Amino acid sequence: MPTTTTRPVPARAAGPRPRRRLRGSRTLNFWLFTGPFLLGLAVFVYVPIGWSLYLSFFEARFTVTPSEFVGLGNYREILADSGFMGSLGTFTVFAAFIVPTTWAISLGLALLVNRLRFMRAFYRSVFFLPTACSYVAASLIWKMSLFNGVRFGLANTVLGLFGVDNTAWLASPDPPWYWLVIITARLWLQSGFYMILFLAALQNIPQELYEAAAIDGARPGWQTFRHITLPQLRATSTAVILLLLVAAYQAFDEFFNLLSKTTWGRPPLVELYYTALGQDQNYGKGSAGAVVLTVLICVVTLFQGRIMGFGRGEESK
Amino acid sequence: MSAHSSTWDRRSILRAAAGLAAAGALGACGGNNGRGGGSGSGKRLVQYFHAYGEPGTEQAIKRYAKAYSKADVTTQWITGSNFESKLFASLLTDQAPDLFEFHPQIQLVRSGQVADLTDLIAPVKDDFNRADIQSHTVDGKIYGVRMIDDPQFFFYRKSMLQKAGIEPPRTLDELVEAAAKLTTSKVKGLFLGNDLHAVINPLIWSAGADTLNEKNEIAYHTDAVIAGLRTMRKLFTSGHLLLDAPADFWDPSALSQGLCAIQFSGMWAMPQFQQALGDDLGIMPFPKVGDAGRPSVYNGGWSVFVNAKGKNVDAAKEYVKWLWLDRKEYQEDWATSYGFHIPPRTSIAQATGKLKSGLPAEGVRLFNEYGHFDNIGWTQAMITATEDLFADCVRKGGDPEAALDRCDKTVNAELKKLFG
Repeated sequence: MPTTTTRPVPARAAGPRPRRRLRGSRTLNFWLFTGPFLLGLAVFVYVPIGWSLYLSFFEARFTVTPSEFVGLGNYREILADSGFMGSLGTFTVFAAFIVPTTWAISLGLALLVNRLRFMRAFYRSVFFLPTACSYVAASLIWKMSLFNGVRFGLANTVLGLFGVDNTAWLASPDPPWYWLVIITARLWLQSGFYMILFLAALQNIPQELYEAAAIDGARPGWQTFRHITLPQLRATSTAVILLLLVAAYQAFDEFFNLLSKTTWGRPPLVELYYTALGQDQNYGKGSAGAVVLTVLICVVTLFQGRIMGFGRGEESK
Repeated sequence: MSAHSSTWDRRSILRAAAGLAAAGALGACGGNNGRGGGSGSGKRLVQYFHAYGEPGTEQAIKRYAKAYSKADVTTQWITGSNFESKLFASLLTDQAPDLFEFHPQIQLVRSGQVADLTDLIAPVKDDFNRADIQSHTVDGKIYGVRMIDDPQFFFYRKSMLQKAGIEPPRTLDELVEAAAKLTTSKVKGLFLGNDLHAVINPLIWSAGADTLNEKNEIAYHTDAVIAGLRTMRKLFTSGHLLLDAPADFWDPSALSQGLCAIQFSGMWAMPQFQQALGDDLGIMPFPKVGDAGRPSVYNGGWSVFVNAKGKNVDAAKEYVKWLWLDRKEYQEDWATSYGFHIPPRTSIAQATGKLKSGLPAEGVRLFNEYGHFDNIGWTQAMITATEDLFADCVRKGGDPEAALDRCDKTVNAELKKLFG
């Protein structure tokens, strides 16, 4: 297939127009198309990452153009910081819960929607819709109307019907009800998106496999699901888990908005936000934490790739 | 076909559109900096204000700015609960405001962030509340102009207290008891704000302690404060405290919507409280903690500062002089037309009728009798340390002594940085 469509040349056009040369040069076209994106990537992603790395070796309080080199001092400080190390613990708890739950719920939704005979597009859209909502907006709704501590909050109203006293969902860390608020908000926001990924994968499973299984005597339902659907979804599952893990690492908005002025329930990014942009404005220490976090994400991703075979060729499955 | 001979074919339109979009994006990079466009001869100033809750405040600040002829003053009205971090972050950039409102904190002076306004204030210095001058003074120089004083205290529904058969509490223990007696299935006894941070300093003062002593050493780590923290923990877990209310302590809705019987708030909210509750409203200071204590009121408020590292220091100073020193009618308007605030200038305070009688006068009395002003040596890092202290031992149930030790460590590190 030709990459450039040749238009019928009008009779009056004599000789090549100068613009043709521009269209002909593949190199120029390449840069024309990728250039703006690469520029954005460099300016907004790679330069900040490099700068952060640079800052992490300097005493950088209240400045992003520091002069005092401190070597690994910031790293020593951040690794000895109970707040930062605690935030890694918080993250682990959070990820251990949110990753499998979202995986299961979005897979479940995908299976349900996939089986629908009518109104499939409607349900697909309905479940996908929350993805379009911002985390900040959702947090505010969760905090101020669903899970506020007064009697007319939705959760308290429902519990009130059963005679349960009003609960302060966010103010008190004991019992840690705030996890319920955070987890439900995130589930609502992200399940629909991963459902779409699973749905696409489900529709890609060849029908012949199910037919063959049926001929071999496999019962529809759990047996087919366990031995055909699930293995066929392996690549998608791996990708989803990886994406969920990265999303969990990046968790910020709902924690920041739901838990104000706490010393608990701070995932790494929130902790680093307070380190780098709090009253100390310690960009050096904050950057060191960011680098530690980045390395950690890379290691976990590679490790996960080894276990689950993400990125390996089709033949190795 | 005629379409082909036309110069406006699909491709050229797309190309033109892409070019326009790119130009637009590039233009946006340089243009939207809050300073407005153009390069007229008049100076352009940017001022930062936190978002006041009272209706009309934003319009008022913008109206004053518009009335100023010597510079074009743009107002950034910063919403959200973290004004200080937004302010501090922006002060590092070249988008920093030329003038801003904040509280007196010495690190801003030490880092050369705020300009010396001594000469500006000198002619009218004696007209200011002496405490408001003192709280802005470092080594004899005055660094900010107080706009409003905001005493913070409890508002309560007289009818509810009467129904429960109790008097306004005079000690913290009585307050805890009152909260229990006032709590019903529909109404919680007491609201101190969602994170309780508004009552940290009042608790310290009411226990007979202070944030720092005169030599700028820690003065809050006393037995009475520890006892107070334990009582607060008891209160927090009692179920008689309103928590996770949709609006925080600075907003009158918890009390005026009948969610609680007693609410900690500030003078600013008084008009709204009165409007909602009429005469069914009383005020009282934070009660004393322990036997040696004394009731206290935090005389908070807001001051205007000039960014000494800005590009228009002189123009900003001139604006501050014009608005916050010369134009008394605006100062009075700002202090009394929206929320109630106490004007820091004696001449205005005396001329203002609105604060002379009834509940507002009672508020002024509490301000004068029990008030504690800002200590310029008590900085944001120390404030955050005490907020963590409250989070750790009141909301989380940790040991107050251990939490205080952690707080001391942070505060001492900060003190060492500031005072050596």
